[in-house]
Amino acid sequence: MAARLSENRLVSLPLSRIRVIMKSSPEVSSINQDALFLTAKATELFVQYLASYSYKHGRGKEKNALTYTDLSHTAEECETFQFLADILPKKILASKYLKMLEKEKRDGEVGEGHEEDEEEEDEDKTVGDSVGS
Amino acid sequence: MAERPEDLNLPNAVITRIIKEALPDGVNISKEARSAISRAASVFVLYATSCANNFAMKGKRKTLNAGDVLSAMEEMEFQRFMVPLKESLEVYRREQKGKKEARKDKDKKADSEEQDKSREEENDDDDERMEEEEQNDEEEVDN
Repeated sequence: MAARLSENRLVSLPLSRIRVIMKSSPEVSSINQDALFLTAKATELFVQYLASYSYKHGRGKEKNALTYTDLSHTAEECETFQFLADILPKKILASKYLKMLEKEKRDGEVGEGHEEDEEEEDEDKTVGDSVGS
Repeated sequence: MAERPEDLNLPNAVITRIIKEALPDGVNISKEARSAISRAASVFVLYATSCANNFAMKGKRKTLNAGDVLSAMEEMEFQRFMVPLKESLEVYRREQKGKKEARKDKDKKADSEEQDKSREEENDDDDERMEEEEQNDEEEVDN
């Protein structure tokens, strides 16, 4: 049974807008109508999948909510959604970020050899700290 | 053609509705989460388009077709979408065919009757006829 959304339309996302996004890709010349429909429908399925997966695996549901953190968690943990990692970065507290910047600056002044190792350590620490928030 | 940034976004109301349908009743969705999902959806379109386009190029075609999009979904590891997508496509194709035939009938009628007033009524009739067709189609799909 072809899944219809509650409004009983076959697809809710406007095809015209989907088309604009698709055409913004420079390599694309033309798009056949069926391909346009399928992309719109796939996008709807994707939205549902991302939302339900994130809710199921996240901590937001402890407060009956879907939170940004649930989503960025999904992008980081689930391979299928890893293409979203850059646009759904983990949040860190501003104070921690500033400390991180200060440390990098200090390390830069000390000497170049140690820099990379130190920076990696900081990143791990930051990610670990932010998971709780 | 220059696109303004908003044009690459999908309408908030529709995105919100789709999210709500995927979650249990009464779950709150923060504005931030909604906005993030909307951005993710746009990125998904771009990624899917790029992937589908690779398949088109492999087939030495310049026009993206349905097969390219389906291949892209498999490539992107969204196999779970394949069945609902294929079924939806069938229904969509039938709807499009129905609309086309309805338009042909409309043109024939308009020529023979030559009444401007009847055009508005015909649009309503077309919608009704299409709805009936849809119901019939759904019965077939279940079988």
